[in-house]
Amino acid sequence: MDLSFYLIQLLNGIQYGLLLFLVASGLTLIFGIMGIINLAHGSFYMFGAYLAFWFTGLTGHLLSGILLALPVALVMGYAVERLAISFLYRRDHLYQVLLTYALILIFNELQRMFWGSDVHSVPIPPLFSGSVPLTDTQAYPVYRLLISLCCIGIALGMYWVIQKTRLGMTIRAGASNREMVEALGINVNRLFALVFSLGAALAALAGMLAAPVNTVYPGIGDSILIISFVVVVIGGIGSIKGAFIGAMLIGLADTFGKVLLPEVASMVVYALMALVLFWRPQGLFGRG
Amino acid sequence: MSQATPTGIKRRTLLKGAAGVAAASTLFHPVFAIGGQAKVKVGLLLPYTGTYAKLGNNIKDALALRIEQSGGKMGGREVEFVSIDSEAKPPKAPELTKKLIKKEQVDFLVGPVHSVVGMAMAKMARQDGLITVIPNAGANQLTGELCAPNIFRTSFSSYQPGFPGGKAMLEDGHKRVVLMYWNYGFGKQVAAAFKQSFLAGGGTIVKEIPTPFPKVDFQAYLTEVAALQPDAVFTFYAGGGAVKFVKDYAAAGLNKHIPLYGAGFLTEGVTAAQGAAAEGVRTTLHYADSLDLPANHRFREAFQQAYGRPADVYAVQGYDAADLLLQGMAAVQGDTGARAEMITAMESSTIDSPRGAFTFSRAHNPVQNIYLREVVNGENRVLRTVEERLEDPAEGCSLA
Repeated sequence: MDLSFYLIQLLNGIQYGLLLFLVASGLTLIFGIMGIINLAHGSFYMFGAYLAFWFTGLTGHLLSGILLALPVALVMGYAVERLAISFLYRRDHLYQVLLTYALILIFNELQRMFWGSDVHSVPIPPLFSGSVPLTDTQAYPVYRLLISLCCIGIALGMYWVIQKTRLGMTIRAGASNREMVEALGINVNRLFALVFSLGAALAALAGMLAAPVNTVYPGIGDSILIISFVVVVIGGIGSIKGAFIGAMLIGLADTFGKVLLPEVASMVVYALMALVLFWRPQGLFGRG
Repeated sequence: MSQATPTGIKRRTLLKGAAGVAAASTLFHPVFAIGGQAKVKVGLLLPYTGTYAKLGNNIKDALALRIEQSGGKMGGREVEFVSIDSEAKPPKAPELTKKLIKKEQVDFLVGPVHSVVGMAMAKMARQDGLITVIPNAGANQLTGELCAPNIFRTSFSSYQPGFPGGKAMLEDGHKRVVLMYWNYGFGKQVAAAFKQSFLAGGGTIVKEIPTPFPKVDFQAYLTEVAALQPDAVFTFYAGGGAVKFVKDYAAAGLNKHIPLYGAGFLTEGVTAAQGAAAEGVRTTLHYADSLDLPANHRFREAFQQAYGRPADVYAVQGYDAADLLLQGMAAVQGDTGARAEMITAMESSTIDSPRGAFTFSRAHNPVQNIYLREVVNGENRVLRTVEERLEDPAEGCSLA
């Protein structure tokens, strides 16, 4: 195992972490700002993947597929917030868990009705289907690099929106003190609907980007949901920065765990979570 | 307790009525049986929803096709199917099996697809003595520790696609191999059978990489394979995992230098989703769509015509399950009470299967040819027969 082996694994870890960040950032925003535990977040990831598969099939190109699927995902997020979630803001977390768990079941059933139980694959656009040779035996797929670039772009965009715009200011204010924002006369309902739709769209976008490398199959959203919660908890609830660092940590821990400690690989990320919580119970960037 | 129901009937009256109907049906049942004209009830416990839905449907349809081909009758009696969706969920298996045996009082049991469902079902079938045909579930135990005179399997044991893999790779000149598989019951059994023949033939396993089931994130492991530079890789993955693995393997550029082998499920029913990445992948299995045998051509044509979609290995297994039952019923002229005679006939039967004719081992598992196939233009082409009439060792079986 020479240096290049570890460098490539580093690349694998970062790429996985970036993708996790897209899903987890939406989850942490929704939880931090709206106080909603959204178990159905993984379902948006799944729908993103299936929509990408469906529209790519119709239009023949992944890019046009994603461009068509993204507005659909936004509308879906908005509809779910208005028709279901919005009735539970004043309720206990238990009600939210029940509702969003029910949503998972409904969405999984809808997915089966529309697309069936088969495994589908989404073609990578020919322009990006090549591989970059790294060593004598191994090449790195261009598309995986592209995913990382997209994720970095989106992360920078989010940073800009949240730090530099009026909307971002409101979101940040909402995350730190919801009642005060309300008292200041900001339309919280609209803010919540917007945050929820954006969060859902981010998760769906992650599903779309990952569709060509992950293949599309039933239950694809469930495993990403669990790991996203781990990221959110490590990073600190409501913190985008925390979600980013948490996602990177999990991406690297998962990748190197598989290679260096294969016997306990599936435990490594949870052990990491336990360690972080032991040290900082509120998460890395959470407010205690 | 004597609350009136909305229609005014007392609950107790209702209960009495229900008891009466139940008593009457148990009274009438033997009368039908003596007449010999009652339909033969075949209970099917297969998945029609979930990940394995396609397998369940193909098995059921091919089974119905085979019975249709013999005039819709078994041993001179009309056939009735009692079909229950197993959902491939092990916790539900005992209850559903019981429902078929006790409530529906089926004459035969066919199922399931999922190995763990199969274990639960086999345990109950053993106790009851009901003649049971397993059309897929491959766990070695089903014709090993759990084997019974009344339990037959028309598919394979996990040993059968695994063991010939080692021989095939050595024949192809690959001596240093990485072994990768999903770390659960079936994957472990396939890998163990592979190792048995590969190590005995003088091969070296450079590294064994069990990956968590059912996760499909292989990138980190593939980087490791590239660093190890083995002669070739042998794998067990199926369904979504198989699609993902083969695509990732090609995307990492490994397919150009390190040939990929696997148990047949790696390229079974998934080559369309795998696309160009599957080209050149070699696998071992007891069947191939392109198998050039008259029985296979006839079967595939009939299935396509009846259902408007191509048959696959699972359909073959269902078709053969029906053939086995037909032979058993023919031997006793439809007398389902003559279980012992029927079992004797089934044990000594030869199934003229689309996969090539096969017989049964003493543990009631097929003694069958295993083929080495290679994906060419999205189709599994047969390269050669690796093992002629391979018999499962049936470890722990009291019949063998």
